[in-house]
Amino acid sequence: MKKKFSILLSIILLVSVLFTGCSNSDGDTGVKKILRSNNSSEPGSLDPPLAQGTHESWILENIFEGLMTFDEKGELVPGMAEDYEISEDGLTYTFTLRDDIKWSNGDPVTAEDFEFSWKRALDPELAADYAHILYYIKGAEAYNTGEGSRDDVAVKALDEKTLEVTLESPTAYFLELTAFYTYFPVNKKVVESNPDWAKKSETHVSNGPFKLVKWEHNAKIAMEKNDLYYNADKIKLDGIELDIIEDQNTAWQKYEGGEYDILVDIPTSVVAQLQAENDPQLHIGPQVGTYYYNVNPDVKPFNNVKVRKALSMALDRETIVKDITQGGQIAAEGVVPYGLKDENGKEFRDSVGKLIEYDPEKAKELLEEGLSEEGMTIEDFNNSNFVLLYNTSESHKKIAQAVQEMWRTVLGIEIGLENVEFQVKLDREKAGDYDISRGGWIGDFMDPMTILELWWSKSAFNDVNYNNPKYDALLDEAKSTIDQKVRMEAMRKAEKMVMEDMPVISVYFYTQPYVLRDGVKGVVKVPIRYPVITYADITK
Amino acid sequence: MSKYIIKRLAMAIVTLWVIITITFILMHSVPGDPFANENKRIPEAVYQNLLRKYGLDKPYSQQYLMYLKNIARGDFGESMKSNTETVNEMIARGFPVSAYLGAQALFIALIFGPALGAIAALYQNKLPDYISMIISIVGVSVPSFVMGTFLIQFIARKINWIPIGGWGEWRHTLLPSIALAMMPLAQMARLMRSSMLEVIGQDYIKTAKSKGISKLSVILKHAVRNAILPIVSILGTTISNLLVGSFVIEKIFGIPGLGMFFTTSIYNRDYTLIMGITVFYAIILIVMLLFVDVAYTLIDPRIRLTEEGH
Repeated sequence: MKKKFSILLSIILLVSVLFTGCSNSDGDTGVKKILRSNNSSEPGSLDPPLAQGTHESWILENIFEGLMTFDEKGELVPGMAEDYEISEDGLTYTFTLRDDIKWSNGDPVTAEDFEFSWKRALDPELAADYAHILYYIKGAEAYNTGEGSRDDVAVKALDEKTLEVTLESPTAYFLELTAFYTYFPVNKKVVESNPDWAKKSETHVSNGPFKLVKWEHNAKIAMEKNDLYYNADKIKLDGIELDIIEDQNTAWQKYEGGEYDILVDIPTSVVAQLQAENDPQLHIGPQVGTYYYNVNPDVKPFNNVKVRKALSMALDRETIVKDITQGGQIAAEGVVPYGLKDENGKEFRDSVGKLIEYDPEKAKELLEEGLSEEGMTIEDFNNSNFVLLYNTSESHKKIAQAVQEMWRTVLGIEIGLENVEFQVKLDREKAGDYDISRGGWIGDFMDPMTILELWWSKSAFNDVNYNNPKYDALLDEAKSTIDQKVRMEAMRKAEKMVMEDMPVISVYFYTQPYVLRDGVKGVVKVPIRYPVITYADITK
Repeated sequence: MSKYIIKRLAMAIVTLWVIITITFILMHSVPGDPFANENKRIPEAVYQNLLRKYGLDKPYSQQYLMYLKNIARGDFGESMKSNTETVNEMIARGFPVSAYLGAQALFIALIFGPALGAIAALYQNKLPDYISMIISIVGVSVPSFVMGTFLIQFIARKINWIPIGGWGEWRHTLLPSIALAMMPLAQMARLMRSSMLEVIGQDYIKTAKSKGISKLSVILKHAVRNAILPIVSILGTTISNLLVGSFVIEKIFGIPGLGMFFTTSIYNRDYTLIMGITVFYAIILIVMLLFVDVAYTLIDPRIRLTEEGH
């Protein structure tokens, strides 16, 4: 009897060991380490130049790799390139590719693949959403806008392993751009033989640490470690599985239920609660982005800088981030967010200093002065029925309500709120049909230029039509040199200038909260990227 | 009958054309375009390339004619947001998922709705009546997103076997089907109750009873058969609503059905997808209404599909 019992017990134990952990456990047991999470939207495409945003880039950054990449510490390092040389004038980059790089189908990755990919991304017929991020290359903009030819785009494969790129003007952050997904290579042979190659996992070919193995539209994406990746030794996961669930609450409940190892888009209320509880699973990752309000300079009295400054000074941003947004956001101190380094490798933000202050008394004085300069009184202002326009979203609404209340109590002015669909807001902004409108920008690369460029008079995204030749001159100076000291100094001056003229009232700097299950290691947060899970490991 | 059906089909084509035309006009009069993205914006040159790629740089009349031509060939075109699937492929993928869920929900509603209503009527103002009516009031008044969240919170999170969301196995369909079924179930229960009450008061029921036919037989053969007509009349819209999916339920449970395309296509201004789904939905609705009219005659032979009758 005793013997029977111990046999039974052994069987039970064995079965439990087999089933424990299911997908996640040490490699030694032979069970695969699969990192599970949620990708909040269905990717529009997994062909790098056709990607439109985060819901594609999070996947693309794991299955592809550019000339440069971010390593396990989040540092920018050579990826497909082994080495690079920059000419003295900062215009020509010569990349030498690694010897041991292969596509997931076994083909070698060549310089010609890069030349083909970048030119393809610029092809006006392909109509890549992010083609403009390649405009730094000489001849790129002309080709993409239909005014130049493909042959004039200055990217050339000198041989199988050497790629030469000539830029329009020196661009200090060009190396980093080559780690951006629009610059990822595609396999020339595959693309030419099958234009639909990226539509199915069965025909998808990539060159990154992982490869696509399953794509159930609107349901699931699975990636598997790519053994042909040159740095495969550093990859500890066997795979990554992403659900596609749009509803934040459902995704959070799945995380809570232990179905995910990491989750990035978390409901604001959950972030606030986890923060209040000091939950170690919550991480407030840095993000290069600024939340601001556009002030229409064509509407009186917003044309008056004193009025704009008064509006800005009346905002208690600390209260907004602490009590309203509650996602660890940082009260804005200017327009350039944290996370961007200056010539000394220190925070650019710190080197410029705080350019925004909360001063209710001074705000009131400025408003009165500004209004009288425009021949208006507070009553006139209030009778004008000005409106703060924002796109429909619960968080924008809450922030707008708080801002409205602050302006009412501090300045005694009434500003109405109007929420419209994002598309309608864009249309109204384009037509100049607004008084104050919500805006925001998430950076594409780690340089203050990614934000400061917005108010360059020639920028396509200059919604307030800010036009200051001195500001333009400073940006031109920063764009024409690779001397970091000169560049940074010009950009510091530019930020001070834009904050002096205040075409926009910045409110806070974005952050990116995410939760990580205990036992998941090696996730790094690069400010311009979603948490990098490429080098993650599951230890328990 | 066949004459009637042919006539209805001809009318359906005209109706479809009207729907396509109105949708086309409305779609293009709404501000915005498919290439605006909340997180990322594109410069004018890139925008122009996109317009050209999808033929949106052409005059509306040309776009309209082209669209009609494509629809006539059964081609709904390329989605402007998805580079991986055509609208036809998206519908072909999403519809079976929604339809499966819808059919399951319909099954639940059809089994329990009329039954609850009939029980309520037979036990008027007694406990079963109150219970049935509470269930139907909850079903009608609680929005499906609340119902979905409630089911996740109190069932899926308590019972490990039932998943919180996702798609793949039968167990994934259980909660969303229930959430989806609640509204039609409640509607059917209420309709059935009032209709049954009316029917069991009729003379022919009394006559049947006085003839000594068993109570159960009277109820099933005479009362239910007559009382069910109002339910049949709402079946067309109910089936078409259920088959093409519910945005809310599919979103909450992360189901890759057609429902979520409805609102996201409009939000994204994905013109081809909006048109494709509208036309597809219109076809389903028209077919269902026709089906209901035919079913009517089968249940109640007094109703004739004659020209005079319609």
